[in-house]
Amino acid sequence: MESKERFILHVRDLHVEVRTKEGSFKLVEDINFGIKKGEILGLVGESGSGKTVTSMSILQLHDRKNIQVTGSITLHDRELNGLKNTEMRKIRGKDIAFIMQNPMNAFTPVFTIGHQFIETIQAHTSLNKKDARELAVDVMESVNLPEPEKLLKLYPFQLSGGMLQRVMIAMAACLKPSVIIADEPTTALDLHSQLLVLRLLEKIRLEHGTSILLISHDLGVISEMADHVIVMKHGKIVETANVLELFDNPQHEYTKKLLRTRPTLYSEKQPYTYTL
Amino acid sequence: MIAKLQYQLKSQKVIVISSFILLGLFMITLFAPWLAPNDPIAVNLAHKLQQPSWDYPLGTDHLGRCTFSRILYGARISLGFAMLIFISALSIGLIIGIIAGYKGGWVDQLLMRVGDGLMAIPSLLLVIGFVGIWGAGLKQVILGLILVQWVYYARVIRGMVLSLKEQNYITAAKISGSSTWTIMKKHIIPNVIPSLAVMGTLEMGWAIMNLSSMSFLGLGVQPPTPEWGAMILEGKSYIRTNPALMLYPGLMIMIVVVTFNLLGEALAERYGVKSR
Amino acid sequence: MGTYVLKRIITIVPIFLIATLVTFGMINLSPVDPAEAYFATAHIQATDEMLEQKRHEFGLDQPLLIQYVNTLIKICQFDFGISYVTNKPVWEEISSRLPATIQLTIGSLLIAIFVSVPLGFLAGIKKNSGMDHFSRFLSFIGASIPSFWLGYLFIFFFSVKLDLFPVEGTGTWKHLILPSVTLAFPLIALYTRLLRSSVLENLQESYVLFARTRGFHEKMIMRKHVLRMAISPMITGLGMNIGNLLTGAIIVEAVFSWPGFGRYFIDAIFNRDVPVIQAYVLLAAGVFLISNLIVDLVQMYIDPRISRKGRQYQ
Repeated sequence: MESKERFILHVRDLHVEVRTKEGSFKLVEDINFGIKKGEILGLVGESGSGKTVTSMSILQLHDRKNIQVTGSITLHDRELNGLKNTEMRKIRGKDIAFIMQNPMNAFTPVFTIGHQFIETIQAHTSLNKKDARELAVDVMESVNLPEPEKLLKLYPFQLSGGMLQRVMIAMAACLKPSVIIADEPTTALDLHSQLLVLRLLEKIRLEHGTSILLISHDLGVISEMADHVIVMKHGKIVETANVLELFDNPQHEYTKKLLRTRPTLYSEKQPYTYTL
Repeated sequence: MIAKLQYQLKSQKVIVISSFILLGLFMITLFAPWLAPNDPIAVNLAHKLQQPSWDYPLGTDHLGRCTFSRILYGARISLGFAMLIFISALSIGLIIGIIAGYKGGWVDQLLMRVGDGLMAIPSLLLVIGFVGIWGAGLKQVILGLILVQWVYYARVIRGMVLSLKEQNYITAAKISGSSTWTIMKKHIIPNVIPSLAVMGTLEMGWAIMNLSSMSFLGLGVQPPTPEWGAMILEGKSYIRTNPALMLYPGLMIMIVVVTFNLLGEALAERYGVKSR
Repeated sequence: MGTYVLKRIITIVPIFLIATLVTFGMINLSPVDPAEAYFATAHIQATDEMLEQKRHEFGLDQPLLIQYVNTLIKICQFDFGISYVTNKPVWEEISSRLPATIQLTIGSLLIAIFVSVPLGFLAGIKKNSGMDHFSRFLSFIGASIPSFWLGYLFIFFFSVKLDLFPVEGTGTWKHLILPSVTLAFPLIALYTRLLRSSVLENLQESYVLFARTRGFHEKMIMRKHVLRMAISPMITGLGMNIGNLLTGAIIVEAVFSWPGFGRYFIDAIFNRDVPVIQAYVLLAAGVFLISNLIVDLVQMYIDPRISRKGRQYQ
């Protein structure tokens, strides 16, 4: 029996259209979902299914001139769609944090990790540099990142992808956001780093009750992490289900197809499945 | 897509217009003797430094020569020699490019290093150096300009030869018939012609600029030859009384160079070639 | 990082040596005979014995290699020989004229940087705005207009017609303005264009998006992150363009009768004054090398990847 808890992040009737010289095109339509406190919602779909459009709309980072977003996006019952940019900036990075797919390109190459970490902290708090640095080190220690002091002095290119991703997550968790949107956080990493990253996300979820929107086309990651799953295709949600139900008893043809096309070498199931 | 078409149309318009202007200029070059009202080198001290009149449409210079006629003949010098430089540099570049590309190995390396060295030195300095060794004069300047320009053409040709070589190996493995030659002619040469055309137009504009600069310094054309740069040198002392002597030759240089540049850039956009 | 700097400084030496070799070759290729030139300047009718003796004095009868080594030694002491035209030490002639040229070139460079950085930056950020179109127009004109004509245009409008600035010569800052702006014009054209396209490229990068997701102010992202990343190619272009600065200076000095080294160089060419020509080439090479070094050092400061690549932390 599910308790009637509120959705922390609630998306209702989200429609996104883009206006071009040839006319308007629908990017996504009829998107409805919600994430409760401490839940992980998996968003599955191939490229072009509308995953990125959805997350960018939540963050209100769409091109306001050419892209029109209709529908309701609420965070703690506060309407985000159409919110003034000055207000939205306070929310980005603090209440909703974003984790990018390719950590190597996400950080600005010419500034140290520490500089960018402190930058983020100072953008949302009134801490001075010294305190911000201490906070950063604390967060990094609590997520078991080795030698945080040293790490902060390095430049992005000096770290491996896995390490950078974990720093990015630490940075995201630092300001205790209500929601973390993780866009393909494991795709660019080797298996060991993937494990570390997922463990980290789980830790944050447990300790802070953060809701996570986990976008991935890796069904193995989804099966390990998500509580609920939505499947997107061509801008629409084709299936919404609890993760166990989805894998045991897929309803929609598309979902079935996705599950079927996992290549396996052996007939027994493998712990990590392959991408589509 | 329409935006791209509009973009191409714009380039197309520019190409057409500038080609017309160039055509007009070339007409002037050819028909100068008939278009000019007076003999460009006829000295007539009685009529010196006159203002524009029916006899002398742009007035006369300090030796009583008709400015308008001198400008028309100046077109012959600038455009004629620009063509000469282009053809010579292209021929040399062709030969060296083919040799370098075909032979490969140390011959290729040597030629390319020499080319790199030549390109590293600012072109005007090189031409001045040339003149420094062998004295001032039109011939020396032309030779110097050819010496600087061949490198660009050689590189393009060399690239073509290299890709041709590669194709040979592949098709040899395929055991095709004699049609390989025509295939290569169809695919490779169409790629080279736009590059050469873009390069040629830009380099011609640049050659005219340098020729006039050198003549302005007194190191190029010698009196009484009517060349625009030299005319500015002669006219600069009369800037207060007869500014036309300085204004119109310079205007002509600018018009010609602008036209070449416009054409070159438009060709580059239209055919997807990178301009310098 | 220190080793990188040291390495860069050391590579200058062999290149400079090559330059000395080239100029040495130039002098020996030149049909002018130093001994004849000496007597011609002094207006002395030289006999064959006097010529021979002079050649011996100049060391011209020694094997080329020895001559070359001697030349090198002298260069290290800033002894570039005697001018064929005035029979005075070349270095004396140069050093009296060099400050004026330095004043002109530094002035132009500063103007160019102070105009093109904001212009290129804003043009890139606000693509297709009025500012953008203006900058592209300026870039085009700047690249197509002959600088000597531009100089005279300035003179015509500002000096003759409006009488705002003096026509020629040096002395006050007023004298410096028109020549510097003329020289700066083609530079501005190039740098603005470079920076603009670099900014446009950078705006597509992921780090800009990531900065936005962290709630940074758009202006701050542009000014701090994008500008710092985008300015790199412009600085490289700056370094590569120093040559044009030198040649442009020659022309501008001629237009404005600026008593600098460029004008003197042209006179030397007319007079076939080979030692002066050699000195100029060597100086130009030296300036070129040093400015490239400076540019590299600045790049190193701006972009830490250059000196530290290869040390990964697992």
